[in-house]
Formats: sequence, C-alpha cells, structure tokens
Amino acid sequence: MDAQSILFLIFSGVLLLAALRVVTARNPVHAVLFLVLAFFSAAALWILLRAEFLAIALVLVYVGAVMVLFLFVVMMLDINIDKLRQGFWRNAPWGFGVAALIVLQMWLVLSQPQWQGLTQAGPGIANADNTRALGMLTFTEYVFPLQIAGVILLVAIIAAIGLTLRGRKDSKSQDPSRQVQARAQDRVRLVSMPTEDRARQNKLP
Amino acid sequence: MVSLSWYLGVGALLFAISVVGIFLNRKNLIVLLMAIELMLLAVNINFVAFSHYLGDYHGQVFVFFILTVAAAESAIGLAILVVLFRNLSTIDVQELDMLKG
Repeated sequence: MDAQSILFLIFSGVLLLAALRVVTARNPVHAVLFLVLAFFSAAALWILLRAEFLAIALVLVYVGAVMVLFLFVVMMLDINIDKLRQGFWRNAPWGFGVAALIVLQMWLVLSQPQWQGLTQAGPGIANADNTRALGMLTFTEYVFPLQIAGVILLVAIIAAIGLTLRGRKDSKSQDPSRQVQARAQDRVRLVSMPTEDRARQNKLP
Repeated sequence: MVSLSWYLGVGALLFAISVVGIFLNRKNLIVLLMAIELMLLAVNINFVAFSHYLGDYHGQVFVFFILTVAAAESAIGLAILVVLFRNLSTIDVQELDMLKG
C-alpha cells in the first residue's frame, strides 16, 4: 500500500465521519464546524487528484465565505433545539433504507471492472499546470457561461439584500424627491384680511 | 494505487449520508441546507475524480460553476431563513404552512 492510498483513506475517513456528525450533531454550531472539517478533507482529496485550483477555491469560497455566513446565521437566530429534535429518529429507518438502496445501486455500477481498472491519471493531467489549464478553458471555451455565473452571483447578492433589508421605523430620513417637488404655495399662505383699529385703541394714553 | 472507483465510492457514501441527514433533520431548516451542501460536495468529488482519471479538464470547469451556483443558493436560502425566523420565530419546516399546501 503506497503513501497515496494511505492519505486517501485518512482523508476520506475524516470526510465521512465529519459528514455523519454534521447530520447528527445536536448543536447547529457544531454541525457547521463539522461541515468545515468535511470541506477541508474534500479539498485535501482534490489535491490528491491534482485539482489544486479547485481545492484552494473550495477552502477560500466555502470555508472562508459560505461557512462563515452559516455560522453568522446559526449564532444570530435563537433556536429552540429541543423542539426541533422531537421525533429525530422517527424517520431513521426510512432514511437508512433509502441510503442503503443508494449505496447498493452505486455499488452495482461501481464494481464494474471498467472503473476498477482506472488507476492512472489521464493523459495530460500528471504533469500539467492545473490552474493554467483551467484558466485556458474558462476564458476561451466557457467565457459566456462564466459571465452568466457572474450574473447569477449578482442576482444572489441583490435577492439576499432585498429579502433581509428593512428600514427602522424610528429613523428620520429625507426624501429628496418630495423636497424637490415642494412649491412656495404649499409652504406660505398669504391671507388678506381687513385692517383693524384695535392696535391704536389699546395704545396707552 | 487508488482507482477511480474508490473516489466514486466516497462520493456515493457522502451522498447517502446527506440523504440520511435530510430524513433525520426534517424539522431543522439549517441542517437541511447543510445536507444539501454535502450532496453538492459529493457530486463535485465525482466530477473531479472523473476529470482526473479521464484526463479531461471540462469536468473541473463544471465543478467551478457548481461551486458558484451552490454559493448563490446558500446565500439566498439563508436570507429566506432569516426572514422566516423574523416572521414566525421558528425554523421548523412543519410550521411553514402559510400557503396551505
């Protein structure tokens, strides 16, 4: 057994254990932290597969941004965990049954010799510069999907802000359009009335 | 040597674990979102493994796009979760019956 197999077993074992803890952890904060561990192990597996750029992107984007977002939300909400845990194991037989079915079906496919026989990296992978090759593809053949991906991220930003934004009721703010539309006759009322003599009558003798 | 089927097996097991997570945590919306992230990770592992063993970089480009869409999805999902908690003071999925479905 060579070093790469041992590393693969370690990383995939940690990945699967962390994933199991994500779905069974009692505290959601622990679940998020185990999810971070799972993503790290997956990034290590991808480095074993010589996909360095994606491994680093996984750590930067997922652990650095998405998981921090999850942590913020989990810590911000005041969740009653006990109520959410009621009947936690009730659907467990169904869940494990479906999972066993999935694993069985995948095993029927994966035990075929055509996948078992693939042990060497494909041509052009072993000595290639991963980031360079990926960039060449992304910015030539996939440049239009890349733009669409950027638009999707923009839509996500606007949707997330638009969903959660709310103005404070007690905040005082100006409305420039109403200010511009103000006219003189709205503010000053000229009243014509007859002159009165009372001022002269009240004068001290 | 590590063969392709080992990586595919890890992906399948990870996917199965997240399916179990969806069955177990059917009340807790946050853990449901996390289980979906795990499912996408399993799919990505399969993509990267195939890309490595078949010598085709197009699979890795696909992983890049899946990461983008998953990040957008979790951002919007968490925003909806926050709005939901603000209105209902719970994240129990079974109390989301305002549409009478």
